[in-house]
Amino acid sequence: MSAATERMAPPQGIRAVGLRKSYGEKVVLDGIDLHVQAGTIFALLGPNGAGKTTTVQILSTLIAADAGEATVAGHSLERSADAVRARIGVTGQFAAVDGLLTAEENMLLMADLHHLDRAEGKRRTAELLRQFELADVAGKMASTFSGGMRRKLDLAMTLVGNPSLIFLDEPTTGLDPRSRRTMWHLIQQLTAQGVTIFLTTQYLEEADRLADRIAVLDQGRIVAEGTADELKRRIPGGHIRLQFSDVLSLDAASRRLELDEGARDEEKLTLQIPSDGSIPALRAVLDLLEGAGVSADALTVHTPDLDDVFLALTGDGSRHHATTVPGPADTAQEARR
Amino acid sequence: MSTTYAMRDSMTMLRRNLKHARRYPSMTISIVAMPVLMLLLFVYVFGGALGAGIELPGGGSGGRGDYTNFVAPGILLMAATAGAVSTAVSVCTDMTEGIINRFRTMSISRSSVLTGHVVGNVIQTMISLALVIGVALLVGFRPNATVVEWLAALGILALLAFGLSWLSAAIGLGSSSVEAASNAPMPLTFLPFLGSAIVPPESMPVGLRWFAEYQPFTPMTDTLRGLLMGTEIGDSAWLALGWGVVLSVLGFLWARSAFHREAKI
Ligand SMILES: Nc1ncnc2c1ncn2[C@@H]1O[C@H](COP(=O)(O)OP(=O)(O)O)[C@@H](O)[C@H]1O
Ligand SMILES: [Mg+2]
Repeated sequence: MSAATERMAPPQGIRAVGLRKSYGEKVVLDGIDLHVQAGTIFALLGPNGAGKTTTVQILSTLIAADAGEATVAGHSLERSADAVRARIGVTGQFAAVDGLLTAEENMLLMADLHHLDRAEGKRRTAELLRQFELADVAGKMASTFSGGMRRKLDLAMTLVGNPSLIFLDEPTTGLDPRSRRTMWHLIQQLTAQGVTIFLTTQYLEEADRLADRIAVLDQGRIVAEGTADELKRRIPGGHIRLQFSDVLSLDAASRRLELDEGARDEEKLTLQIPSDGSIPALRAVLDLLEGAGVSADALTVHTPDLDDVFLALTGDGSRHHATTVPGPADTAQEARR
Repeated sequence: MSTTYAMRDSMTMLRRNLKHARRYPSMTISIVAMPVLMLLLFVYVFGGALGAGIELPGGGSGGRGDYTNFVAPGILLMAATAGAVSTAVSVCTDMTEGIINRFRTMSISRSSVLTGHVVGNVIQTMISLALVIGVALLVGFRPNATVVEWLAALGILALLAFGLSWLSAAIGLGSSSVEAASNAPMPLTFLPFLGSAIVPPESMPVGLRWFAEYQPFTPMTDTLRGLLMGTEIGDSAWLALGWGVVLSVLGFLWARSAFHREAKI
């Protein structure tokens, strides 16, 4: 892009170049570039301590970077932080609600700070509390809320000002599976309204489910960037495991699926089939088996997780926590490619 | 950021703080309790002896009643001080709340958070002063002030509370824990003792007396006493006003820079 077009149409999403941040000796961000298209969901995926929160804090004007430049929602972070603030909404890693106020009072506080008039503030509050299924607890003190409710209220407060770009720092960490699904649903609804979303997560599944593009952050560097599919193609380790009752079925299945020796475990009577774990992929395998007249006792799906990502991208997954050692399946996958 | 928005945001923050105070009145109660206990202590326990033993300005027979009239304005000053320094605790507590970071990412007047605390605290302090004045009247305080003198006295107290609240807000911002925030401004609450609040400085040893004559609380006490009891004020009024303004400006600048420093770590 030429300088002229840049000036005419500042990018409405996020464009960051060479962001650096250190705390004393500790380098937290070691020069990261980010590009988020307006109206899309972007996920910054990384383990604890990777620098996700620091990135969000810089891009949301909370702290200053040591070096680098960024344009957020069409405005320069360095030169017009206040214009950036007027366009963004931030839901931080730790719930930013006023525990001594009720849910409704928290929402009205936001409405007042966005300078909405009384009637409009009330209308928006009622609408969002209903949308987030918090209407029943509108009069309850936020300090009495469960983690999931707090998160929802937090996000609802972020939306009062109709931001065009939203930061969500680990929006589902610590939530039970049901609240997590609710949160995912709410986030997906937002993009339908054209909002740009920058979210951070430790879960590959979450990034996969929500994001148009994913950047993997590790020790302050972006180690990979692309769509979920692009990344997953680089990640071995996803497989289906089939359990059989006897060696005959195991052999039959193995032949039908054209797997080599490495995929078989004769002692345990299992087969490992490289797969992304999607339903079409599962169906294809089951159809093949049915066609061959073989039946499996059990089927388990192993989707690649963050450890697999790191193993693949940095060649060092062991430092995070115990990983499932990618076994023969990977050899099989490599062979097939 | 326009001035009207700054005003509006400060009002919003003020409402938030008053809501907190109404919902959790323990702080307000402790702000009132301390000066009331002091008043009762000085009137009933020390009052008889002090009244008889020291020369009070404005003459009088030197009994408990005269000493009550002497000490009450000093107690009011202590009440204003005690109320103001509690800003340190409320600001420090608030800074640990996640919502402060949300405020920082919003396009709002940056000092409105602090203004809300300070003004809220001045209001709480004035309410507690009304209660302390009520108790003082009950135990025999007999001021001879006109309405205008009363208003001027309350104005001085409000100015002191305002200046000390800004100062305490800065202390609260710089404190690492709520406990530290509650201890750090303690010396301020003792300053009235080392002035003319409890006994005339003339009765003190030379060094202390020198300190008492030049510290800000002495002209404030003397002005208050003059307005309420009709004793000699002299230059004290201007000194009191000057100190009030200086405290406010210094406190405000310090608090604002502390808030910004914290924002951009
Ligand atoms: N204010 C700070 N002072 C010192 N170190 C910090 C500070 N904030 C973050 N860090 C360090 O920076 C690293 C990255 O932190 P963070 O951005 O919170 O990671 P993440 O959100 O990915 O878990 C961590 O090692 C953390 O200890
Ligand atoms: Mg984090």
